[in-house]
Amino acid sequence: MCDQTFLAITFGPCDNCSQNKPLMNIYLKNEPINYCSLCVELMACQGLAKGETIHTLKAESETLKGKLEEERAKLHDVELHQVAEKIEALGQFVMKTRRTLKGHGNKVLCMDWCRDKRRIVSSSQDGKVIVWDAYTTNKEHAVTMPCTWVMACAYAPSGCAVACGGLDNKCSVYPLSLDKNENLAAKKKSVAMHTNYLSSCSFTNSDMQILTSSGDGTCALWDVESGQLLQSFHGHSADVLSLNLAPSETGNTFVSGGCDKKANVWDMRSGQNVQSFETHESDINSVKYYPSGDAFATGSDDATCRLYDLRADREVAIYSKESIIFGASSVDFSLSGRLLFAGYNDYTINVWDVLKGTRVAILFGHENRVSTVRVSPDGTAFCSGSWDNTLRIWA
Amino acid sequence: MSSKMQSSNNIAQARRTVQQLRVEANIERIKVSKASADLMNYCSEHAKYDPLLMGIPASENPFKDRKPCTIL
Repeated sequence: MCDQTFLAITFGPCDNCSQNKPLMNIYLKNEPINYCSLCVELMACQGLAKGETIHTLKAESETLKGKLEEERAKLHDVELHQVAEKIEALGQFVMKTRRTLKGHGNKVLCMDWCRDKRRIVSSSQDGKVIVWDAYTTNKEHAVTMPCTWVMACAYAPSGCAVACGGLDNKCSVYPLSLDKNENLAAKKKSVAMHTNYLSSCSFTNSDMQILTSSGDGTCALWDVESGQLLQSFHGHSADVLSLNLAPSETGNTFVSGGCDKKANVWDMRSGQNVQSFETHESDINSVKYYPSGDAFATGSDDATCRLYDLRADREVAIYSKESIIFGASSVDFSLSGRLLFAGYNDYTINVWDVLKGTRVAILFGHENRVSTVRVSPDGTAFCSGSWDNTLRIWA
Repeated sequence: MSSKMQSSNNIAQARRTVQQLRVEANIERIKVSKASADLMNYCSEHAKYDPLLMGIPASENPFKDRKPCTIL
């Protein structure tokens, strides 16, 4: 049925009764249609089964929620950290900043690694998107976006393009050329169009499709070449702040987290929300799949990170300490999934033992909030971006 | 929007919520003990390939500084 996020009013002939009236532009099964308000009401009433009222539906939704809780509780026979008691504790970790990438004029908001394990793309509040060589710290490309607050950037799997977006409500793809003098902005392709800021974007397994999430509460899958919307995902009731695709072996799903404190798992082909988790107490800033694809971690403004298992359909671990009171802005797993790196708004990065639930290291170095943390594709290092305008590579 | 529109939107929303909850209530679930055991197995199997966990010698890590060579 109609989705309130897209409701707007224009004037013209109704698609149903053909009279000239004020129209509601609504989406039915992702197709835009223009009905006058009378026809929309009639359509809504036709859908009601006999005896269904708002009260019976509300009552049913309460009983279903209760049943869901019961089913989940039945299988909660043990805690993850209890099962993990028998494995060895991790030793001392020594991780230091090995490279500092300086060059952004303002807060670094997002970064992504290239699959070649050495290139990095980063985006910043000042509108600049820079491609770096992490080994040498040289800047290879720089693009100036027409908007500030470029909150999302992603490297294409081939390494030949980058996608970015932010307050312009769009996701644009820039092909990277080997010719340093070429003006990248000239070849820009606008792919996604949202009705609010772009919070996160990611290429799927190829350069041809992009998944985006937005402050308008939706996620969407786009074809890069044509700019066409392939699938949209409705279900969040507030801004969606982050998304992550399942590791390729496990199929066509992705997880998204938003300001409605929910983390939703979606089927990319049908657009269906297959699972939903709501245990955080504040906005979820970051979501990341566990390397096996059977679980995912979230970082939230409630100063905790949590691990949710998809097959057990519940939260299985909380990573928190009384001394940590600032929100976690970004999380990522090490290659084996044993370590969780989380960047916090108190300028630190905490490293957690995923199985035992304990903190194994705390990394200092940034002089402002850590906004993004990503482990390199081969797991040799991880990169953090911060509001102190720099990126750091740790190993 | 007229108040009638409000109520039909609420009904539409309530129906969607009920349908969504029906789907979620009916999925297959496994016990936490089994799920935890699988997570642990994955970690142990892949631990040896994890450079940040195991630590790799500085000479193999492109980010770590190599010891300077002396030319005799």
